[in-house]
Amino acid sequence: MPATQFSRRSLLQGGAIVVGFSLSRALPVAAASGTAPSKPVALDQVDSYLSLERDGSAIVYSGKVDLGTGVRTALTQMAADELDLPLARVRVIQGDTALTPDQGPTYGSLSIQNGGTQIRAAAATARRQLLQLASERLGTPTDTLATRDGRVIPAAGGEGIAYADLLKDGHFSLKLDKDAPSKNPDAFSFVGKPVARLDIPAKIYASFTYMQDVTLPGMLHGRVIRPPAIEARLTSVDEASVAGIPGLVKVVREGDFLGVVTTSEWAAIKAAEKLSATWSKAETLPEQSQLWEHVRATPVVKEDITSNVGDADGAMANAARKLKATYDFAIHTHGSIGPSCAVAQPEGDALTVWTASQMTHALRTQLSAMFSLPPEKVRCIYVEGSGCYGRNGHEDAAGDAAILARAVGKPVRVQWSRADEHGWDPKGPPTLIDLAAGLDDKGAVTAWSSQFHIPMGAAGSVPLVAATLAGLPHETALAPGNIVHNSAIPYGFPNVKTVCRRLATTPLRPSWIRTPGRMQNTFANEAFVDECAAAAGIDPLEYRLRSMNDPRGIEVLKRLATLAKWESRPSPKGDGREAGGGVQTGRGLSYVKYELYRTYVAALAEVEVERSSGMIRAKRVFVVQDCGQIINPDGVRNQIEGNVIQTVSRVLKEEVMFDRSRVTSTDWASYPILTFPEVPEIVMELIDRPREKPWGAGEPSAAVIPAAISNAVYDAIGLRLRSVPFTPEKVKTALQRT
Amino acid sequence: MGESRSLTINGRSHSVSPEDPETPLLYVLRNEFGLHGPRFGCGLGQCGACTVHIDGQAVRSCVIPLSSLKPDAKIVTLEGLGTPEAPHPVQAAFVEEQAAQCGYCINGMIMTSAAFLKDKQKPSEAEIRQALAGNLCRCGTHARIVRAVQRAAASL
Ligand code: FES
Ligand code: FES
Repeated sequence: MPATQFSRRSLLQGGAIVVGFSLSRALPVAAASGTAPSKPVALDQVDSYLSLERDGSAIVYSGKVDLGTGVRTALTQMAADELDLPLARVRVIQGDTALTPDQGPTYGSLSIQNGGTQIRAAAATARRQLLQLASERLGTPTDTLATRDGRVIPAAGGEGIAYADLLKDGHFSLKLDKDAPSKNPDAFSFVGKPVARLDIPAKIYASFTYMQDVTLPGMLHGRVIRPPAIEARLTSVDEASVAGIPGLVKVVREGDFLGVVTTSEWAAIKAAEKLSATWSKAETLPEQSQLWEHVRATPVVKEDITSNVGDADGAMANAARKLKATYDFAIHTHGSIGPSCAVAQPEGDALTVWTASQMTHALRTQLSAMFSLPPEKVRCIYVEGSGCYGRNGHEDAAGDAAILARAVGKPVRVQWSRADEHGWDPKGPPTLIDLAAGLDDKGAVTAWSSQFHIPMGAAGSVPLVAATLAGLPHETALAPGNIVHNSAIPYGFPNVKTVCRRLATTPLRPSWIRTPGRMQNTFANEAFVDECAAAAGIDPLEYRLRSMNDPRGIEVLKRLATLAKWESRPSPKGDGREAGGGVQTGRGLSYVKYELYRTYVAALAEVEVERSSGMIRAKRVFVVQDCGQIINPDGVRNQIEGNVIQTVSRVLKEEVMFDRSRVTSTDWASYPILTFPEVPEIVMELIDRPREKPWGAGEPSAAVIPAAISNAVYDAIGLRLRSVPFTPEKVKTALQRT
Repeated sequence: MGESRSLTINGRSHSVSPEDPETPLLYVLRNEFGLHGPRFGCGLGQCGACTVHIDGQAVRSCVIPLSSLKPDAKIVTLEGLGTPEAPHPVQAAFVEEQAAQCGYCINGMIMTSAAFLKDKQKPSEAEIRQALAGNLCRCGTHARIVRAVQRAAASL
């Protein structure tokens, strides 16, 4: 009696596969009719984003997906306000390549800023059109009409006309006008309010359908067996080793891709564990102890100069005082609590995949390339999975499921193991940063120069593991995310040169993890500014403010100072040499203007450092953020809390370990994350600017946490931590050196 | 099909005949009974996502082979804890505090806290944090989860 089994009716319509469902909560009514697409999905059409149903409700089609961040609720608020509908009458369908426009991947804190803004414009265009149609019908000018509760009504009173009655079949057949007048923010009923998340009750009462819960009739279970070493070749498989496992359907081998398909999930786990195979030896990774030497020695493909003001080299040569430092930031894994999962359903030469992918459209392109299918034969349907914080293994699981399903001609669900997830999700690449500053005799920065040693590439599609192993078509370019962002600085120093040295390779398959590049780069920049302030003997808040002229940034920092009761003085607090094994406390701050054009955020960390153990405890973190118009303040708070806690974890504890062949931190014991007793108290203040653009909130506050902690540790013990994670061993070693 | 065993799940008795009596309870609950409250997170007993109650104790169903269950064991999953109409106080508090992001860990948080609060009245914040120390959340929802457990404790 699986509660969430999809009953599937498939039909071929105009060459494209159309899959209908009856799943009450999670799936679209439009699709449930079995006759849904062809629906417009072009980015410039109102109908791509919106449909008005006969029952008076609206469906919003969003290419951006929730990922557990609350974006679905925020988009519902924006659309409901713009259309003058109650929240309960707006539903959002997300990330279905047959139904939703391709609004780009869900990353970079852009779901509201870009995706929501497009939906808002579609709704505003729609509302203007509804007013126009009603005006023609009623023979009265549009300015005597208003929209309320799903109807256009005369301002003077009267019944008015329901939206659906103004349209033929609920269609607008209208181009989206991005300048269509949006409602006056004062008239919003939902935007700006802490509307309760629409998904939370179902998650708490166990009625939510996660990707991991999707089942289809006749669905089989698959697991993958990954090579014991990256780039090892599969030399032989002994199928007899699993012959006795009841429920075994097939051992699937394609090139170096190996998987099993069984009738039950447990049989798949057993078969994957028991299957004996031999692989060639491969040692393609550097010695971990030599990682930074390796990074420094990696060939540089090009240099991106991300800022160049004045003459940094000349000013450096003439500086009264010079500082130099090197920062590094370890490789991190996404560490989703639920390992990746996908279900694939082959049908003739068509393929439907249910996936928690943050980029179903891009995934469709990848799968169609992988199997040489025309894109219209592949449909990817988003179903929310465990939080992913970037490009984790969700897309790879879809590739695995597709290979296995095509091999058996039946729907197959692939659930990654914990070791698959930790071992094979793409990683946040190692980052090495050299900085130098020249100060004048008063301690002001006259020259700032930095080099970021980071891999080539931008965002894009991360090659699918299955395609790579099976030797099927796949991308070869690195896709670490737009990691050059925030290498340039938000301070008006007279001479600045910041350069990203783009490396040809990086040890493990890279991708983006929450705040990619911006976190690592801001860590180095904001800790090094603190070094300059300390060298100058100036209060670090005052030091920053002296070089800033952006009023919104200044306001964020000043409010932080008030919120955290900032005591004006230079760091460190004492002489850093308190005797014995005592605990010392310190405070540190950090600031970022995200990508130098949007969300402003500043954080202050209060830490305790235990000298005897080298243990750092983040006790309290203050955050002030200005992300423009806030759609849902509780949603923004939830995201900031998440950013703070996850980043404290990354900074204090996390480092992917590997040997010459493979990742060795493949579970939670070998890759520990922050636990409840270690979680800091969080105090925050949000600056809402209802008349400004809504900017991203999902990532920016993570950028400021690493330097805030490093600066607080310096304040406490006078030691500068420049290597993430700040493990007790590193702290003890540093203490012993003094 | 293997030999049949009886189980009491959420107050109703059932019988199952797993091919392998070593099948962990988690897969039986999820795949035989469609109970998706308990979730697969690690299969190693490390994260808590799969937590259920057996005879009132919070246990990790991913490492409990079916063969180890006593025939009269009473199993309760998140589905059996409460409903929107008749919520368990911990569930009501989680909704009140909006204590979820992706929510994947939340089954474990609720089931662990519900068992903990049964034995512990008026716990301190430190005791709550300690009770949840073995439950992992990657979204960083900890602060809300603690507030929700405090709220539930106050209501009990
Ligand atoms: S899934 Fe059982 S403890 Fe992680
Ligand atoms: S809410 Fe996502 S793992 Fe806890």
